[in-house]
This record gives sequence, structure tokens and C-alpha cells, in this order.
Amino acid sequence: MMDENNKNTKSSFITHEEKNPYIKYFRKDRLPTIFCSGCGIGIAINSFLKGFESSELDFNNLSLVSGIGCSSRIPGYINCDSLHTSHGRALSFGTGLKIANPDLDVVVFTGDGDAAAIGGNHLIHAARRNINLTVICINNNIYGMTGGQVSPTSPEGSLATTAPYGSIDTPFDLVDLVAAAGATFVGRWTTAHPLQLSKSIKNGLLNDGFSFIEIVSQCPTYYGRKNNLKTPVSMIKMFKENSINKRRADTLSDEELSAKIIVGEFVDKKREEFSEKIENLSYRESGKDTIRKSAYVV
Amino acid sequence: MTKELFIQGNEACARGAIEAGCRFFGGYPITPSTEIAEYLSIALPKVSGSFIQMEDEISAIGSVIGASWSGVKSMTATSGPGFSLMQENVGFAMMSETPLVIVDVQRGSPSTGQPTMAGQGDVMQVRWGSHGDYEPIAISPSSVQEFFDFTVRGFNLSEKYRVPVVILADEVIGHMRERILLPDKIETFKRVQPNEDPKDFLPFKNVENGTNPMPAFGDGYNIHVTGLTHNELGYPTTINPKVHSNLVKRLVNKILKNREDIVSCDFKYCDDADVVLIGYGAPVRSIMETVKIGRSNGLKIGYLKINTTWPFPEDEIAKLAKNVDDLMVVEMNLGQMVHELERVARGDANVHLFSEIGGTLPKPKDILNRILDLI
Repeated sequence: MMDENNKNTKSSFITHEEKNPYIKYFRKDRLPTIFCSGCGIGIAINSFLKGFESSELDFNNLSLVSGIGCSSRIPGYINCDSLHTSHGRALSFGTGLKIANPDLDVVVFTGDGDAAAIGGNHLIHAARRNINLTVICINNNIYGMTGGQVSPTSPEGSLATTAPYGSIDTPFDLVDLVAAAGATFVGRWTTAHPLQLSKSIKNGLLNDGFSFIEIVSQCPTYYGRKNNLKTPVSMIKMFKENSINKRRADTLSDEELSAKIIVGEFVDKKREEFSEKIENLSYRESGKDTIRKSAYVV
Repeated sequence: MTKELFIQGNEACARGAIEAGCRFFGGYPITPSTEIAEYLSIALPKVSGSFIQMEDEISAIGSVIGASWSGVKSMTATSGPGFSLMQENVGFAMMSETPLVIVDVQRGSPSTGQPTMAGQGDVMQVRWGSHGDYEPIAISPSSVQEFFDFTVRGFNLSEKYRVPVVILADEVIGHMRERILLPDKIETFKRVQPNEDPKDFLPFKNVENGTNPMPAFGDGYNIHVTGLTHNELGYPTTINPKVHSNLVKRLVNKILKNREDIVSCDFKYCDDADVVLIGYGAPVRSIMETVKIGRSNGLKIGYLKINTTWPFPEDEIAKLAKNVDDLMVVEMNLGQMVHELERVARGDANVHLFSEIGGTLPKPKDILNRILDLI
């Protein structure tokens, strides 16, 4: 029979499993992660795993691909096949992986610098092809891994180590960019919207085509410190106060929307998926689907 | 039955790829290699393979690496400018031990240079083009038949040693037409699957012979593949000097310790020769003609045809240098392989360079005149 004290001692040691129901998907021998405390990537991973579970896809069939940057370190912590590639090129590796084996569910983790600066060309072309990849882009408006440089989504006037007088550059709207390029599912939320975010991730995973989910996220270590947003909480509060749902935003003027983060689902449409087209061509020319894992037999 | 064909070099390469088991091509158009992509865009769907034209050469090699990890033999084809763009991911393929084949049909260079003319400016780009220490394998065909045969061999070596292999061709070999014989049976090397239980499998183990079996994504091994320095599990381990040194030395040694299996070169008329001509790729044709003319005129000249430009046939050339007074490399650049030759001959023989740039093959009479100056 346990006494009261003993019970208390026991409950003070909370296991990983009790803290986080998704810990079962992690490579536990790689924990703790390299992410700074307060980083939005934790919310992004949990929202992804929640969305993944609700999609009812098979975890054993999941392959994660990433480039370089903080968000690109995510696949290394998840216990499935993972390909951590060169800066900006994750989508091209993912394209080959998916075409050569269309049975895999391929998810690409990327950031604002990786996806929109060095990898911008691959982003628009993958969207144009409508290849069935789900892209989770964690946009923290700064280069975190290299210590706080200006990125293609940094707001005009924001401070960074390479924008010491405030950014004079015009930022990309990633949602507009991929929607214009042909993506068939596009969503954007912030780390202040974990429930809506995981639902959009589920929808993106289930879309048979190119899906892009932008997560506006906090980098307290660099973006926050440089831009007078001193704590992770103040950054999440700022996201909450400044975000406005797409449905409402549609009724407002550009002026009313300046400095607002428009959140919601922007595109959800059907268009023939690219790897299916390759399968169809193979079927037409050879009478068979494209060959799987042939390196071991031919 | 052996089949006889009269075809272009680039087509022979593409046919060789199909025979070797290539079922994925990701590329970007560039002269003088484009016919390889064009041929494979027709042929691959007919053998249940996949063809994709990517948005640039960087994504082309990215798609090839991804496809290889899906368990399909994969290749791309390009020329100097495109090969330059691929260099970062060549290093990624070296570090992640991804089998693939890159065909580089060289043209006049540097920069955009002479797209429709031949050159051999990429010899050192293959050797040192990506950052860091690595040991490339490169094979140089000097006929249409060899473009077929060497492409098959390139796939086999890439699968056997889990490395990117470069078929270092040139515009002359890519665009010329010759009669070739398709062999009845083609030896292919099948990729080796791990047989351990996934939970016991170390995908990047420091094994004696250097090369580990390779699971495909989706096989249940849940492996992590990264360009970062990684331990035997594949996990990033970037600040442990021992892990880095063990990894990079294994990657280098798996090629160097197997030189005998990889290196290929042919000696002809070298035993009594005063001068030995050395070449690779298209200039071998000029060399053979030069030796034929020279011998029929009583000149004691022989030749060494280098089939594997990398790893460099060091032992073979060191031995040759001890028996011959003069070695002359014939190459279509201002001198690249000649530096390797000087290093390996180590003063045992005089090393000369016959250099021809401008896009046309070296002429036998010009080579002969240089030889006459020597003897």
C-alpha cells in the first residue's frame, strides 16, 4: 500500500509520454532537441503530429524531407525515414522520392529562408506541377540558425543583424506566391492557432496534390530580441492580436489589413496530381504502373 | 543474338542506362548532352520508369538523389555549366552515400564557352568540384561503344560502392555516330538490401570494406539521411572530431582500398617505347592514329588509354614512368591531368603536355611533330 508521500514523489516525475501524447513518434535517443526554449517549432511539431493522427494516414508510410535551417532539423527527431538535404533543395529531393515511389506520403519541413529565398524556384515549380507533397513552412521572419539575418519574409522596417537600420526590402506573401504558382491546398496559421493549424495540416495531408501550410512562428532568440518582443508569450500575443481570418479580411481594405496576418485556408481545389500523370504515362506505354524499388532486382 | 546498331554516342549512353537498370531520369536541357534526356523521355515510360525535366540542374540532381533513396537506379545528364550547378549536391551524395550516375558531356569552357564544340575542362571539376575530401569515380569513353559499356559499368560501380559516378564524356563522343554491338547478356549489380532487423541495423556502420547495405525509404528501417557529419546511426554528430574523421576516412577509403577493382586502363606498344602518349576520352582516337602512323614509320611510340579518369591509375603510371623516358599527355584543355601525371611520375620520366583547345580534336600530324621534337 502506498502512502501519500510516496505517491507525491512519484507524480513529480512526469514521463515524456504523460507530458506529450505524440512522444511515441520521436527518436527518443535524440532528445533533447537543439531548439531554443520558447521557439515556435515545438508547437509546429505537435500540431503536425496531431494533424497527422487525425488524417489517419499510416505513420510507417511517412517520409520527411527538409533543407537547411532550424525548421529543417525537425525530421531528424521523428522516427520515420527522413532526408535532411541541402539548403533550399528539399522540394527537389522530395519530388524524386515521390515520383520514384508514389506510395510514400512525403512531407517537407522548411522555413522562410529555405523555401522562399534559396529554394524559391523549386517552391513555385513544385506548386506548378501539383505534385503530392505536403509542405510545412515555419515562417519566423528571420534566419535563426545563422544568428538573426534578414529573410525574404522579414517585415519592412524590422531589425536583423544584416538589417541594422531596419529592413528596406519588401517581403513575400508566401500564400499569394504558392497560390499563384498553382498549389491546390494553401493554409496559413500562427503558433497562436494550434487547433486550426492541425486541422489545416490534416486537410493538406489528405489533399492529393501540392499542399502548402505556412506557420507564422516566433523566434524569441533573434527576431524577438531584435524587435522589442521580449518573450515568447509577447510574440504569441502579438500574433493573436494581429491575425485576422481570411473570411473577414476579404471584406477589408488593404489599408485596414496592413501589418495584419491573414490566417485561414486560402486554396482548396482539385487538379490532376503530377506523380499520377507519370503513372498513367507508364501504364499507357508499358502496360504497368511505374516500377517500385527496382534497384534491388534489375 | 548480338545486336548491331549505328547510333549516336548520346543515344548509346541512354540505351546503356536502360540496360543497366536505370528507371529514373531527372535532368535539365543543355548542349551537348540533351539527346540523352530526349531518348530517355521516350524510353523510360516503356520500361515502367519515370522521366522528369526539372527547373534547373540543382533540382535535377536533387530529384535523382531522392529517387535513389526510393530504391530506383537513377541518373542525370549535363555539361560543364550544369555540372557546376550540381556540385553542392554531388557532395551531399558523397556524404549520404547515394548511388547515382551523372553524365557530363563536356564542351568548350570556361563559362558558357563553346556549347557545340568539344573540351575536357571538367577533369578537375570532377575531382575537386564539391567542397571537402572525397574520392570520385569517373569513367571516360572514347567511342560510341564505350559510351554504352561505360554507362553500364558506371551504374554497377555506383551501386557497388554507393557513390555518385561521373561518366566524363565529351561533345565528340556524345554527337558522333558509330557502329556498336549490343551484348547478349549485360551484367548488372543489384543494390544490396540489409538483412538485419531494423532495430539492430546501423545504416552508416564503420565496416571494414567501407560500404553498407542500403535500405529504401518505406522499407521500415526508419533511417535518417543527412549531409551533416553523422554517427553510425545516421544522427548528426558534428562536434566530435573522432566521428567526423572516422566517417570521412571510411568514405574515402572505400574507393582507395578498392582501386584494383575500379581502375581500368589499356597499354599498347609500351614495352619498347621511347615515348608513351597518354589520353582519355575523344583524344584517345587521335592518339591511336598517331601511334599507328608513328609505328609504320619506325618510331617507337606507344600509348596508355585511361578509362577511369578517377581514381587516377597511380600505380600503373608510376610503373610505366620507370620504364619510359618521355610521357606525353594529350588533352583538350590547357593542362589538367598533366599535373597528376607529374605528381605520379615523380621525376622518373619527363612529362609533356600536348594541349588543344578550341573545340576540335588534336591532329595526329601535330602530335607527331611534337614527338619528333623530343627524339
